[in-house]
Amino acid sequence: MRDAGALLLIPLFPLAGATILLLTGKRWKGSSVGWVGSLMVAGAFASSLTTFFSLLSRAPGHRLMVRHLYDWIFAGSFRVDIAFRADALSMVMALTVSGVGLLIHIYSIAYMRDDPRFSQFFAYMNLFVFFMLTLVLASNFLVLYVGWEGVGLCSYLLIGFWFERKSASDAAKKAFITTRIGDSAMLIGIIFIWFHFHSLDFQIVFRGAPGLANGTATVMALLLFAGAVGKSAQLPLQVWLPDAMEGPTPVSALIHAATMVTAGVYLVVRTHPIFEASSVALTVVAVVGIVTAVYAGLSAIGQDDIKRMLAYSTISQLGFMFFGAGVKAYAATMFLLVTHAFFKACLFLCAGSVMHALPEEETDMMRMGGLFRPMPITGIAWVISAAALAGIPPLSGFFAKDQVVAAASESGREGLWILALFGVLLTAIYMGRSTFMAFFGKPRYRGHPHDPPALMGGILGLLAVGAAVNGLLNLSRTGLLERFLVPVTGPVAEVVSGPAELPLAAISLGLSLVGVALAFYVYLSGRFDWQALRSRFVGPKRALEKGLYVNDVYSEAIVIPARAGAAFTAYVVDKRVVDGAVNGIGRLFTWGASVGRRVQTGLVRSYALAILLGAVGVLLYLAVRF
Amino acid sequence: MRTPISYFLVVSALLFTMGTIGVLVRKNALVIFMSVELQINAVNLALVAFARQHGNLTGQVLAFFVMVVAAAEVVVGLAIIVSLYRKRRSANVDDAHLLRW
Repeated sequence: MRDAGALLLIPLFPLAGATILLLTGKRWKGSSVGWVGSLMVAGAFASSLTTFFSLLSRAPGHRLMVRHLYDWIFAGSFRVDIAFRADALSMVMALTVSGVGLLIHIYSIAYMRDDPRFSQFFAYMNLFVFFMLTLVLASNFLVLYVGWEGVGLCSYLLIGFWFERKSASDAAKKAFITTRIGDSAMLIGIIFIWFHFHSLDFQIVFRGAPGLANGTATVMALLLFAGAVGKSAQLPLQVWLPDAMEGPTPVSALIHAATMVTAGVYLVVRTHPIFEASSVALTVVAVVGIVTAVYAGLSAIGQDDIKRMLAYSTISQLGFMFFGAGVKAYAATMFLLVTHAFFKACLFLCAGSVMHALPEEETDMMRMGGLFRPMPITGIAWVISAAALAGIPPLSGFFAKDQVVAAASESGREGLWILALFGVLLTAIYMGRSTFMAFFGKPRYRGHPHDPPALMGGILGLLAVGAAVNGLLNLSRTGLLERFLVPVTGPVAEVVSGPAELPLAAISLGLSLVGVALAFYVYLSGRFDWQALRSRFVGPKRALEKGLYVNDVYSEAIVIPARAGAAFTAYVVDKRVVDGAVNGIGRLFTWGASVGRRVQTGLVRSYALAILLGAVGVLLYLAVRF
Repeated sequence: MRTPISYFLVVSALLFTMGTIGVLVRKNALVIFMSVELQINAVNLALVAFARQHGNLTGQVLAFFVMVVAAAEVVVGLAIIVSLYRKRRSANVDDAHLLRW
């Protein structure tokens, strides 16, 4: 317990930042608010590093710290503590969240400079980092759930940050309500866990998990997975993430690419003992993941809006992560999560720089083209990150994706493996397409774009370097990260069947190159008139752009009936029945009073008569009674 | 031979009935007031008669209390009637009917 002090500081720094900025933010001058916010995240990052190194100094089997803060709920046999836990998995998450978070905070200082709610932005961002760190450092399900809902709240606040725009406030509500569906299932799952284990503590639950009956484990795992599906925007709850791009771009980078949306992946990896107790649950995770990856990859190809393209790409990559978790390749999954945080954050921030440089915050790639020349720094950062995402070696994404695909082939499920390879191909195509559309070819932009200020450019550079080199973390399936995670995820799964690792890498690399080459041929070589192609295949293009109309089906099948139901309860049940009852009672008394008040004649003699009659009545009663 | 109590009670009842009818049928506030006094005195008569019957002083004491209260009531009541008359130039109780529906 000696080193556990720094562990507590990790979430406390951003909490302090959020509190200070919310209470006093308006009084700070200039961009100092942004620096305070960034400093707090830097503090969290430094504390994470301290904790990380003190964990490293221990033997692998003892790398676990639990810091019990206080008894939170103590009701009969129901007992929950506020406790934080540092182990290999939570440290990987905490370092990613606070590290990438720090860079994005600093980027935002320049990006959000002219916003009238500058201080509020940093307060919310700090609050988000606090909740996210609470989520990943939680030592029991309820604290995790607090963080889980907290990041949902911050996501809502930040998507709707420019709430003056109707589309932004709508998107915020949509994100909140859609994820809520999953969250409710997850809460039921947590209650279910308590009924079975009479504890919510990770340690106790995971020790008991292998002994669960198959059916129980399946229900438990699938309820938790429903929460993950909502938060990580997987099928069928993926509709909110593309719309969430209404928020400021740093928000998209931090919350809707690098960290919050990966919480679902973290949850599955964290609770993997429960999932492993049920092969059905694992299969569901793998299938949902890979189907989402392919679906979102296809949709990404149809996007013209650069941020929506990145959003679909995020959904697709998250699908890959779930797929990896579903085939028990937890370390590869976490590796993909970390590398994805870097290159996707970098891509979003590049998109932000482009929007900054073009008039009216242009996001349509049809009105970009040839941006590399006027914006070399942004262009280089984008190309490196895009190549990393597409899986071109020696950049990080290649190793990560390759390991997930290799794990898939080892799991011995050919169908899933082929789908995964198809996903790899799609990834290369949509990244190649967007890169060539936006940064190369003939300029179609207006105005005079130029690279962002040094602060933003520097962050792009740092993230691009990260995207390029953090493949070193786990060069092979026995790499650093893999070995570090062994205490949590267990030893590497045995190879079941499938091609050996090297040919596998060659296959997925070949597919990536084919995808990029295809995109190059269509969009850049000049031997192909892609704009004519667009107008020829309007229908399929539109279907892809609309995400295969899933959103429209939901809105027809769920939203419109729900609105009709709401209108019925509002205008019929509430107005007629409820209000009718209330008004009816009022009217009854008004009528009763209008009749009853006639008794009051104002004539003294009639009152005297009433008194007399009353007295006679009482006397008669007494006379009869006795 | 003592006068039987029923004699007193009959007189008392007659007085009370006269008073009551006076209160109910007359319109002049002063006359109503006098009728009320008649009722009070009917009650007093009954009280004294009962005191005599029972051979103790309770009824007589009560009758004294009634007289005191009646005197106080006359003071207040006459004041109201006088001020009502000053206001409306009439002592007719039916003219004072503001407090009604």
